[in-house]
Amino acid sequence: MDRIMSKNNSEYLIERNDNVYEVVIGLEVHAQVTSNSKLFSSSSTKFGAEPNTQVSLVDAAFPGMLPVINEYCVKQAIKTGIGLKAKINNKSVFDRKNYFYADLPQGYQISQYKYPIVGEGNVILDMPEGQKHVGIERLHLEQDAGKSIHDVDPSNTLVDLNRSGVALMEIVSKPDLRSPDEVNAYIKKLRSIMRYLGTCDGNMQEGSLRADVNVSVRIKGSTDLGTRCEIKNVNSIKFMQMAIIYEANRQVDLIEEGEEIDQETRLFDTKKNETRSMRSKEDAHDYRYFPDPDLLPLEITDEFIDQLKSEIPELPDDKKKRFIDEFKISSYEATILVSDIDTAKYFEEVVAKMGKNRDMKLAVNWITGELFAVLNNKNIEIAHSPISAKNLAKLINLIKNGTISGKIAKTIFELMMDGDIDPQIIVEEKGLKQESNPKALEALIDKIINDNREKAIEYKQGKEKLFGFFVGQAMKASGGKANPQLINELLKKKL
Amino acid sequence: MTEITSLSLFELIKNIKEKKISSNEVAKSFVDRSEKSKKLNAYVTENFEKCLKLSKEFDNKPNFDLKLPGIPIAVKDLFCTNEVRTTAGSNILNNFVPSYESTVTQNIWNEGGILLGKLNCDEFAMGSSNETSFFGNVQNPIAKDLVPGGSSGGSSSALAANLTPVTIGTDTGGSIRQPASFTGTVGLKPTYGSCSRYGIVAFASSLDQAGPMSKDVKDSSILLEVISSFDKKDSTSIDFKRNNYSSELTRNIKGIKIGIPKEYRVDGMPDEIEKLWKKGIEYAKDCGAEIIDISLPHTSYALPTYYIVAPAEASSNLARYDGVKYGLRSSGESLIDMYEKTRSEGFGEEVKRRIMIGTYVLSSGYYDAYYLKAQKVRQLIKQDFDQAYNKVDAILTPSTPSSAFKIGEKSNDPVSMYLNDIFTVPVNLAGLPGISIPAGADKNNYPLGLQIIGKPFDEQTVLNIAYSMEEKINYKNNITDWWIE
Repeated sequence: MDRIMSKNNSEYLIERNDNVYEVVIGLEVHAQVTSNSKLFSSSSTKFGAEPNTQVSLVDAAFPGMLPVINEYCVKQAIKTGIGLKAKINNKSVFDRKNYFYADLPQGYQISQYKYPIVGEGNVILDMPEGQKHVGIERLHLEQDAGKSIHDVDPSNTLVDLNRSGVALMEIVSKPDLRSPDEVNAYIKKLRSIMRYLGTCDGNMQEGSLRADVNVSVRIKGSTDLGTRCEIKNVNSIKFMQMAIIYEANRQVDLIEEGEEIDQETRLFDTKKNETRSMRSKEDAHDYRYFPDPDLLPLEITDEFIDQLKSEIPELPDDKKKRFIDEFKISSYEATILVSDIDTAKYFEEVVAKMGKNRDMKLAVNWITGELFAVLNNKNIEIAHSPISAKNLAKLINLIKNGTISGKIAKTIFELMMDGDIDPQIIVEEKGLKQESNPKALEALIDKIINDNREKAIEYKQGKEKLFGFFVGQAMKASGGKANPQLINELLKKKL
Repeated sequence: MTEITSLSLFELIKNIKEKKISSNEVAKSFVDRSEKSKKLNAYVTENFEKCLKLSKEFDNKPNFDLKLPGIPIAVKDLFCTNEVRTTAGSNILNNFVPSYESTVTQNIWNEGGILLGKLNCDEFAMGSSNETSFFGNVQNPIAKDLVPGGSSGGSSSALAANLTPVTIGTDTGGSIRQPASFTGTVGLKPTYGSCSRYGIVAFASSLDQAGPMSKDVKDSSILLEVISSFDKKDSTSIDFKRNNYSSELTRNIKGIKIGIPKEYRVDGMPDEIEKLWKKGIEYAKDCGAEIIDISLPHTSYALPTYYIVAPAEASSNLARYDGVKYGLRSSGESLIDMYEKTRSEGFGEEVKRRIMIGTYVLSSGYYDAYYLKAQKVRQLIKQDFDQAYNKVDAILTPSTPSSAFKIGEKSNDPVSMYLNDIFTVPVNLAGLPGISIPAGADKNNYPLGLQIIGKPFDEQTVLNIAYSMEEKINYKNNITDWWIE
């Protein structure tokens, strides 16, 4: 029997016959650069257009057509490099990666091989047991290929070149990841950084973010790397995790049976939940990389890099630090709030609108509790939240200043969603203002104690549980509007 | 009056501007002579009717401010021409009609030039005799069954035979200068980056350069002025200040220093070439130039370097001809089968040979030994020239190690064919401007050329030296019109 042991939440170990294996994972993430036009042509990159409507002569590799670098894409790659705390190389070179395929019009992909635009960097993951640093090996720019469609025509393959030439950043991690959970955190963090920067929208459904996953296993404690297999082109975090689990177990099984692991490229079959061999090392393509003679080396000055650095917004790690310092929220809360730039923006707007007498605890709870639940249920992005930050701030302030109770607030919250209604208006129209007049509440409580004399005696004799009963009765009598704190105080006094 | 077709470009422009002849008369003369010259096989695609029509349109609405007012010009079939078939001399592009225009040809049409037709060339410009063209051999008008040189063989033949007043070729390793030398005409390869490569079917991107071919030096200066331009569509195009080459053309080269590289005295070079070179040196002296012996120590490595770099780039540049998007497609059982059949049927022997060489030198395990080393040697060859140019303004060499040879003489011996480029290839590797001018004839009365190599972007000096030497040499082709039907 194998069993998965766990010292902590995110560790992933496999045990077989008293051998404990760990899994070593490195990712090559392909992130589509956010840009209106392609890497070497002016064709549009808009998603979802009719096939072959966004194809220039350059993209279709007509005779005599030449690539011209899109400066905007270069800036985007440098910004991403800065976001990954990486070295930006002053000189990088575009190479040709030669292979034949129907959706590769040039017969080569323009990529960067020996001299990438971005060198080593690192990404910090917030794992339950603490921070983890994942090394970045490099980031380079390359062209995407077109799309081959095999299942429309029974005897032909159709080719759509809309994607052909779209700019991709290939972000290569060091083999620093050790579990599916870390892979999840890593992809999310990368996506978060790129969305902060506006360099990649991270939309996995549209193929803006995909990854090749390198997996090997080794006896826990060993420092040697095992033979790795590369699982190509996985397009969701869930599939990456499933593929890793399958692949790691497959490799452990092989080792335990005394067999060798072949270094090979594998595909993940999402329907069967298994990886299978695509090509072995022996069949590996010889891509015959060489510098593209149509393009000059990319030379980037320090001034250019500095200029871009000055345009970089506050990134998740810094924002988190600031949230903790400035707003005195927990590290855990801050991590959640900064993970998505729109959430962070929303939170900061709520904080700003709450004014001087702000209540951080309430703000965090309402956003990560009620609001997230609604957004999740309705599958809405926070940028399109049915309740604006301004009105949520108002609602929180109404609770804070005692105008309404937390319970009433939930009712109001529901009503606000119908067109982002000002909570103040709802309170007034529906008469939901909290009763905080001690005299009115005193009368109400006196009546309840009178009506329930026996229970009041039992309480006095030590049956303390009955306190809740009285609170309930008082709230009910007030139609939920009584200030719960005041009720508590008065009841304690009267009983 | 002399026949229109034997006039120089300069004279034609003058006559048209002075309204002594019309554009249509000029077009008609060249079309008529071209029609009678089918035996030369210089054209792949004729544009005669359209040319005549456009010349009439020009005459109806003439613009004499243009640099090439209503001048018909045939061009090498490596330049993509909008709505006119462009084959690159290959079966794989046999029926390819571009929907776009190369920058160089567009520059010509913008200045009033009119496309007369597309001229034969070696397949994808790979060859030195025009024998690799899918569209057959081209005859050299100098003598029957003599090659016109290559790869711009249709261009040199048409030009020498007066089928076009001037023409443009492309030069990757000598493809303008060697055919010019073989046909007693002038051919200039400009500095790499001077003429845009946009819309030119690529052979070896780091070496390809378009340039003028003409009957005299002045005509080349006029045409260079038109075709040389900075082009954002070509990332290797260079934005430098271009001269008004024709108006700045001068025969005053007094005191100019001309280098004679000792390494160009290659083993087995015929006496005739040696004599020609010596004569050239004397002419240069007569023009007032100072002759200085120089050394270009890495010259002997140029040819092997070239035959690694050029095929490597070509093997990749020609990958796009796969039957998927345009051009020839042979049917196959599978994608791979279709590729193999298309490329087997679409490419000729020489192209396949170079694709294989190129694929080999880029293969893993061989890259460092061949391609990378060749790139390093290329740097050394460049440095040779840089150092020489500390001492001299230009360099004088023979254009080719021999005169034109017979059709078929070398077609089964690729290495001896490649040796034809021995004097021209270093110029491409170093990205320099070079011109070949006719300088004499061998014992068969076949023309021989001398090459003047200049500093980067210094086409003007190259042209000036050529212009003054041309006057002293005073060479005239003896062409008998033997092919005229």
